[in-house]
Formats: sequence, C-alpha cells, structure tokens
Amino acid sequence: MQIFNIVIAGVGGQGVLMASKVLAESALASNMDVKQNEVHGMAQRGGSVISFVRIGEQVNSPVVMPGSADLLISFEPLEALRYIHYLKPGGRLVYNRVSINPSTVAAGLAVYPDDVEQQIAAACAEAQGIDALSIAREAGNGKAVNMVMVGTVMKHLPLKEEIITEVVKQISQHKGVEVNLKALAGGAAA
Amino acid sequence: MKKIISGNEAIALGFGDSGGVFASGYPGTPSTETLEEVARLGDVYCEWAPNEKVALESVIGASIAGGRSLSTMKHVGVNVAADALLTLTYTGVNGGLILMVSDDPGMHSSQNEQDSRNYAKFAKVPMLDPSDSQEAYDMVRIGFEISEQFDTPLMLRTTTRISHAKGAVVQQEKIAPQIGEWVKDVPKYVMLPNFGKLKHIEVEARLLKLQEYAETSPLNRVEMRDTELGIITSGVSYQHVREAYPNASILKLGLIHPLPMRKISEFAASVQRLVVVEEMDAIFEEQIRANGIEVEIGKNKLPLCGEINADILRTAIDGTRLEAVSPVEGLPQRPPVFCPSCAHRGLFTILSKLKVFVSGDIGCYTLGALPPMNAMHSVIDMGASISAAHGMAKVNAIAGRTEKPVAVIGDSTFFHSGMTGLMSMAYNGGNALVIIMDNRTTGMTGGQENPGTGLTLQGDDARQVEIAPLVKALGIDNVAELDAYDLKATEAAIKKGLETPGPYVLIDKNPCILRYKIRKPAIHVDQDKCTGCRACLKVACMALGLTASGEKQKVRVDPNVCNGCGICTQMCKFDAMHELEGANNANL
Repeated sequence: MQIFNIVIAGVGGQGVLMASKVLAESALASNMDVKQNEVHGMAQRGGSVISFVRIGEQVNSPVVMPGSADLLISFEPLEALRYIHYLKPGGRLVYNRVSINPSTVAAGLAVYPDDVEQQIAAACAEAQGIDALSIAREAGNGKAVNMVMVGTVMKHLPLKEEIITEVVKQISQHKGVEVNLKALAGGAAA
Repeated sequence: MKKIISGNEAIALGFGDSGGVFASGYPGTPSTETLEEVARLGDVYCEWAPNEKVALESVIGASIAGGRSLSTMKHVGVNVAADALLTLTYTGVNGGLILMVSDDPGMHSSQNEQDSRNYAKFAKVPMLDPSDSQEAYDMVRIGFEISEQFDTPLMLRTTTRISHAKGAVVQQEKIAPQIGEWVKDVPKYVMLPNFGKLKHIEVEARLLKLQEYAETSPLNRVEMRDTELGIITSGVSYQHVREAYPNASILKLGLIHPLPMRKISEFAASVQRLVVVEEMDAIFEEQIRANGIEVEIGKNKLPLCGEINADILRTAIDGTRLEAVSPVEGLPQRPPVFCPSCAHRGLFTILSKLKVFVSGDIGCYTLGALPPMNAMHSVIDMGASISAAHGMAKVNAIAGRTEKPVAVIGDSTFFHSGMTGLMSMAYNGGNALVIIMDNRTTGMTGGQENPGTGLTLQGDDARQVEIAPLVKALGIDNVAELDAYDLKATEAAIKKGLETPGPYVLIDKNPCILRYKIRKPAIHVDQDKCTGCRACLKVACMALGLTASGEKQKVRVDPNVCNGCGICTQMCKFDAMHELEGANNANL
C-alpha cells in the first residue's frame, strides 16, 4: 500500500500529541508500520504545534513534506491555513472552527484574519469544519477536543474504527475513558 | 512484542535491558525524556545533576566503581561536560560508559546548531548514530560492549528526528545489572602528566583498533541496489535517502567514528556517482575526500544549516522537486509565549516599561525578548546572564555610563552555572541587579526536578536548596524578595535595586503555574467601562483579544484561556477588569 501521510496541527496545550499517539498506536495494532514525529520544547507555550503520522507497509522518514499529506487535521482554523500547503492535490482537511488568538493578536500587534474559513474553502475542496469544543463539552470536558477530532477523521483513515476505539480505551486515564469515548463518537457523528 | 516508542524512550529501555545501573544527566531538548523514561522503568537508579559536567563526572565515578552507566544531555550540554570528556577519553572506563548527546539540526529548541560528531573526533572516542528507535535501542547494548571491549567512553548521538520520532521497537532479552570490581589503578585513573603521556599513546592505538572494528562491524552496512547512484549516509538522513532514492545503493554508517575507510573506498569504487548525505557539518565528506576519494555531491549542493529531507535531496542530486503549493503568506505568527498567569509576565511588563538593558539566560523567561516585551537584550548560554551583566557593568563604569544592567535567570539555570558568576560579581566588586525567578522547576524543558524542588528524579524526598541564604553566602549583602504579580511593588523593587550601588539580588518565589497546576477564576471585562485603550494588551497574554472589528474595538478575555492572575487588571485605568464570579475556566 501507498504510505498514508497525516499532519496534525494546533496550538501548544490542545492535545495534538495525544491525538498523534492514538493514530500511531492504532496503526501498530493494525499490524502496519508507522512513524510519528513532532517537535516539542518551546512549542509547549501556546505556540504553533505540528505533528506527523505516517502509516504504511514500510515507513522510512518520520517527516511529512509539504505537498504530500493525504489528511491535515487542524485543531484551530488559523493553524489549518498555516499548514494547508502540506496537503497533496486532492488531500482532505478536517479542522476545528473554534479559534484561539495568537499572542501577536492578543498583544494588538497583528489582526486575526476574519476570512480564514473562506481562504480554507478556496484552497481545499475537501475541507470540513466542526465545532469540536462544543462537542467536547457535551461529552463532558472541553479538553477532549483532540478525541473529537480523531472521531471525525476516523472514516478517512486506513484504520478500522473499532481498533481506534480500543486504543482510546486503553490509553485513557480511568475517569477519562467515558468522556473520551463520548468525544470520539461525537466527533464521528459531526 | 512490538512497541511504538520514541528514540529517547528506546535508549532508556535499552539501558534498562542492557545491565545499566547508574544514569545521570541534565534536562535539555531533545534529550530530556531519556532520563525521565529511565526513572519510569522503576528498577534502575537515575538522577538529575545540577549541570552536565557534574552528570558526566558522576557517571565516570559510577564506571570506575564497575557499573554500566549512562549520561544524557543536549548538544550544548557537552560543551559544559567537555572538560571531563576530554580527559575521560585518556583514563578509559571500567563499567561500560555511554554519553548520549542529542543534536538539534534546524534549531527547533536550541541556541545554536552545533554538530556533536565533532566531539567524537575531538575526544577520539567511538560514536554511534542510530537511524530509528529500534537502532537506538540496539545501540545501547552494543555500545556498552564496545565501551568495555576497547576501554573507552562511547558517544551515542541522536538528532531531534530520532529522539522525538516514534517507531516500532522489539526488545531483546533483558540481562542482569552489570557491576564489576572497584579497583585502585593509579596510572589508569590519575592523569598526572607522566601517566597522561602514556595514555595518549594508548588512545591513538585504540582509535586504530576501533577503525579495524568499524571495517567489519555490521553497524556499517552496505546495501547494494542500482550501482548508478551510491550514497554514504547515517542517522535520520538514511531514512530520507531511502525515501527519495529507494533504488540507490547505500553505505549506511552506524559507527560513525572512526570511519571504515577501506569499506568506504570499496563502496565508492563500486558505484558510478558518489553522494555523501549528512546533516550540518561535512564530517564524513572531509575525511572521505582527505583519503583521495572523489565525492560528486556533498556540501557543494547540500545545506550546512538546518535539516535535510527527501525533497532537498532530490533537488540537490537530480534537480527534481515535489510540486508543492507555497505556504499562505501574511498570517499572524504564533510564537511561544508565557503561559496565562505566569509570573514572568509581570516581571517583563515592568522591565519593558523601564527600558533597562536585560542580560538574559536560557529558560522560559527568554521569551521576554520577543515582542511586545522586547525586554531581553542578550542570551548566550546557561548562566551567562549574571557573568555577562558583570562585564557590561565594568565597561559601563570605565566609560562613565550610569545605567546598571539587569540579569534575569531562573532557579535551575542558577543552580546549573549562575552561582559561580554571582560569586565572581561579589568577589570582583560588580554592579548589576540580578533577578532570580525561582519558580521551583526546570520549566522550559517540561518541569523537571532540580536541587530546589525537594524531590529527586525518582520521586524521593530531597533537601531543598534555598536561594536567598545561598546568595548571601556567595557574598551578596543586598538580597530582597520580589512578587512579580504585584506590578507596583515590582517596579519599586527593581528601581531600588537599580539605585543601590553594587550587586543587588531580587528573588521571586512564585511557583510555576504549569508545573504545580495552579488554577484561578477567569477575569471578565466590563464592556461598558472598557475604552479600548489597549493598555492591558501590553502584558501579551493569550487570553486577551479585541472584540470583532466594526465600531470601537474593545478588549475581551477568553475565559477558556484566562487563569486569573490579575496582571492585566493592574494595567487598566478604567476599572473595567474584574474576577469573573462563580465561573472557573473550563479549558485549563
């Protein structure tokens, strides 16, 4: 099979790394080769975060290059636009419509563009925006945005939904299991 | 059973499975998780040292006592530990000794882009360069064997894309902790000149033996495919090469110092075009060329700076590249920023207002250099804030300038190497204001323990170093407390420190809100009172923003992000910002 390239983008603190872990563990549980890679460190402090997951029979490089992603998952609209050039022609984008101000905007040094979603739609024909924060809150915790996003993209992955659900069950802390599974289901229905 | 783990986790696991008994390091991205994972193993002793030199020296002692031991650090940490390393190579080891060093090509989280392979050459020690998590795991065991067989320290080098990339790993059989005899051996361990001279001869002979080993070791592997293109490479670059040229022949180096020159020469003769692919310096290429082997493409086409990827390789080797759309231009940047409710925000709001020269250091507070604060004016290396401020003050005095420099440093960095600079300032009659942000954690690397936190890496209770008595003992008479959440008091304290002649130390003891999970109710902006003057935005908090464009824009607070520290409320002259009653922030 061809390598399936996923890019996950968001803001430090949104749970991009946990979502990446779910996808990577699910690939392993499906007997596929997988490499997952992100850059952390300074990115923890509200900065832009980007993570790569590559799934296939044999995966060498841990890096997804611009123009080669099958799927871009963005936890924030501006970050979707920032990394939209990673998509290959015909690639798919799923993004959370809830925006978070960059510090530059918060400080009045820059303006958050009011046409981000229009720009996304113009750049990507296969874009789907969801209100992941509301779905996460309905599931019981606003922090479960990451599991909502995983839920929404499940049907587009070369992975079985049952396997992803099982992985989420395994890696959630006890009291988080219920919320995460609800978030996953809520995302899938979005 | 297969596991999917990072290179750092793999090295930790390899250490536990390969008879490791003692590990010590200092946190530094991208190496940090290695020692944290050793701690998670539960059955292997490990500790954070206050700096990399202490870590490596402790590991040297552990090796002398017969234990297989590991020291971990980032590339710039080796500069701190280099004094120990360059003589350790003479004494050799007793128990196997591995120095793990993580390079950061692309400078994702570092102050420079140095290539640690230079240290293997410099110290004349063998170096292993894994290309994925499985190799990182396997190379710990083979590394200990090489270290013990050749009586040498061994460097295990990773880069960010190895340390932080996750891939499948199959474990080997776990062996028992390896602990040998503790023996007195003066000519081996006492590097007086007479003994050192003999040892230097041994080191050169050892290097020749290692080179023979490298010629036949499966660590250096030839993969013959199409002979039109032959590529010599190692580490993560190997993966990019496989991606870009699946049909090319490859000499994949695992033991990258000393190089197997005969093997390289044979490989070069068996292919039509020879390409050397390595990130950062031309370490392989220079040695290969020095041996009279022709290299068609190396650093003449490939970058010395930043990371390599498959696209860069294709462009360099045959001029083809992936058709990619360009990034969208003009988007607002999203740089890292102080966490909502971090005490650093209060400090830098005032330093920015006072427009003083701030000599900075390595830690979260380095973000004070970014707009809109722009309140840090030099950052060099761990501890330099204090010693550099001292030098500035001396020249300022000679030049007749009256402005006093301000040094800003955190607790872990102060313990690492700020203390000696402060002692020098006291001893040499310096004149700087030193602000120590003692938030009781090593923040920027993710909240590790240090000698001030009261806990060890393995979670045991520990003595807590108090900074104020330490500072006084170093010879500083003027020591005062600071509360950076109180802007007026902070301004007054800093002004007093600047006006008082001689060294002056302020210590802020507010704990890291991220590390200690401190939660407060969010602030609310009364839209009737807010005039849109934007004074509060100067504190550069992610929780603040302007209302949608239209008529007069006012400030709003995102209750999901705000953590109620109240720094912004102190900037408001119109009494528009208050604690939101009854509502707690939902997102943090």
